[in-house]
Amino acid sequence: MVVPIAWYLVLSAILFSIGVGAFLIKRNIITVFMSIELMLNAVNLTFVAFAYQWHRVQGQIFVFFVMVVAAAEAAVGLALIIAIFRARSTLNVDQVNLMKL
Amino acid sequence: MNGNPSLHLWLIPLLPFAGFLVNGLLGRYLPQRVVTAIALFFTAAPLVKVAQIALSFGSLNLPYVERFDVPWMATSAFRADFAFLLDPLTLIMLLVVTGVGFLIHLYSAGYMAHEEGYWRYFAYLNLFMFFMLTLVLAENFLLMFVGWEGVGLASYLLIGFYLVRDSAADAGKKAFVLNRIGDFGFLIAMFLMIAHFGSLSYHQVFGAIVHHPEMQGGFLTAIALLLVLGATGKSAQIPLYVWLPDAMEGPTPVSALIHAATMVTAGIYMVVRSHALFDRSPFALGVIAIIGAATALFAATVGMVQTDIKRVLAYSTISQLGYMFLACGAAAYSAAIFHLVTHAFFKGLLFLAAGSVIHALGGEQDMRVMGGLRKTIPITFWTMSAGVFAISGLPPFSGFFSKDAILYQAFLSPTAGPILWFVGLVTALLTAFYMFRLWYLTFFGESRAPHGTHPHESPWVMLVPLILLAVLAVSGGWVGIPQALGGGDQFAHFLEPVVNVAAAPQAAAAGSENQERLFSGISVVMALIGVFLADLLYRRKPGMADTLVERARGVYQLLLNKYWIDQLYNAVLVAPLLFLSRYLLWGAIDRGVITGGTSIAAGGVRGLGALVQRVQSGNIRSYAGWLAVGAAAVILITYFGFSMHL
Repeated sequence: MVVPIAWYLVLSAILFSIGVGAFLIKRNIITVFMSIELMLNAVNLTFVAFAYQWHRVQGQIFVFFVMVVAAAEAAVGLALIIAIFRARSTLNVDQVNLMKL
Repeated sequence: MNGNPSLHLWLIPLLPFAGFLVNGLLGRYLPQRVVTAIALFFTAAPLVKVAQIALSFGSLNLPYVERFDVPWMATSAFRADFAFLLDPLTLIMLLVVTGVGFLIHLYSAGYMAHEEGYWRYFAYLNLFMFFMLTLVLAENFLLMFVGWEGVGLASYLLIGFYLVRDSAADAGKKAFVLNRIGDFGFLIAMFLMIAHFGSLSYHQVFGAIVHHPEMQGGFLTAIALLLVLGATGKSAQIPLYVWLPDAMEGPTPVSALIHAATMVTAGIYMVVRSHALFDRSPFALGVIAIIGAATALFAATVGMVQTDIKRVLAYSTISQLGYMFLACGAAAYSAAIFHLVTHAFFKGLLFLAAGSVIHALGGEQDMRVMGGLRKTIPITFWTMSAGVFAISGLPPFSGFFSKDAILYQAFLSPTAGPILWFVGLVTALLTAFYMFRLWYLTFFGESRAPHGTHPHESPWVMLVPLILLAVLAVSGGWVGIPQALGGGDQFAHFLEPVVNVAAAPQAAAAGSENQERLFSGISVVMALIGVFLADLLYRRKPGMADTLVERARGVYQLLLNKYWIDQLYNAVLVAPLLFLSRYLLWGAIDRGVITGGTSIAAGGVRGLGALVQRVQSGNIRSYAGWLAVGAAAVILITYFGFSMHL
């Protein structure tokens, strides 16, 4: 049977919303980080779904780009997390509040 | 140009300007002798140039106009040029300005020798010469206005020359502000001329008037009256005369040059120059005549009781300028210019001689502590006597002929002639009185100076100009001896081409020669009465003046306080203006609206900033929240926004 595209999109939306919610609610930086990955992958799902639907290869290519960016982001992000942990001995984002006047 | 060789008229004003530049920029570093040499050279050069033109004047094709190829201002509707005009009127003015100007420069070299800012003084004086010569030579009203404003500037700078003295600074300011009122009239008059004639060139404006005999009154009256306003400012006539007595704060040679001989006569020159315009407006002429007569009488009465020697001369200048105005108002333009010339001689002389007296007494200007100077400073005495006799109108001194011409023409003028004549006659009596009062108080009787004063005669560099001016003050009138008195009336004939009033309806009816002789006799008698009264009060019975003052206390106070005109102006004009400026303009508008408005704007932005500042909490999750809300808002707006339009 053919799965209708709407299902993919709904799934993607659900995943993205979970990511946004977690990003806003969670205090641990690593969890926040994971929710970002979740959002990225939700978007990837839409790309792939549309690429399959319209028989276009561009969507698939874009997914690879997103994955590359995500990998790079993970590398940089994890390094930052380690640096922050070393400096402040905490991973609670609410205590990392240097970004204000 | 008119088949004449080029005369290079532009050199005449520009030479003193070069002197101004050199002395003004470098004078500080130059020795006094060099400054003097520069200043004198750049005033003597135009004098030589003018003399050379005067000698070949008969062979010139007049009027001679020198125009630069490049226009000064050019729009589609209007064009003004750098253009100079030479005609008999200009020549007379040039001779007076450069001649008297040079003598006064020479005198200044002695008088100012010990003053601080010697170079500054001569730079300003040369600047004045530049502007005055521009004023006189200009071929259009705009260029004349440049000179007009410029002499006002030079006058301001020189009145306030003693710049550490408050009274001098105030006097300069007063002169400038009052002149601005007159200049305002001049400006509006020029705008009206542009509107009606499309030009400011004398040739075009006056040509247009001459070619349209139907132009009478109306806007010509408006232009004429505005020009009169300008002239009353510059020539110190009622109602704008009050600056001239205060202008005596300047150095005495400045009073002689600017505030007696040349600048203050610019208003007369301007009226005579634009006589074509005034001839068509009997009303404006009437106004001039009344202003002139009133000023002459008014200033003469004030002059009778002043005790400062320079102030007496200042009021006398105002009074004599009133005579010239009176002559203009009677359409007796050549008489006005004639008196202008003789006045330049004898009043310049009187001021310089007064300066010599002041110099002799080490700066004393109060006549009450002078007296008996006849013996100690004889040359000053004799030269000043020439001036006193001339201004009093005693024959055969120069003032007699010019004043006589004015009085006679005033009598013949159709509008209220006899009244004007009578006012002039009374003024002549008063003039003789106050001048001889000055003469007796200064030179006769016992010295009233405090002990230890040793009056000394001035150096030769000051006496030579005095002697030369004395010669001119005695003989200067002989060029205009009327036919009735056996002369040829050459002066009037010389000016005839410029001030031909035959076309004017107010041209004076010709009187008989016997009548003219009779009038001369009357005015001489009046002058002699004045002399007699002064002689009685100030020489023969010195106590009598005080008794008279006691008797007529009220009148004396009125005169001594100059009719309280200064106080009146202060109360009626200056105080309300100050009040308006302080409370309405400064208090309400500047402080209230402008400062208040900016404060409100700045405060609003600051408050908004304080409010929005809270958004930047430093909390990452709150940022993320705002980001999410923003993204949601964008999506919703895009979606619903587009769908609505679709």
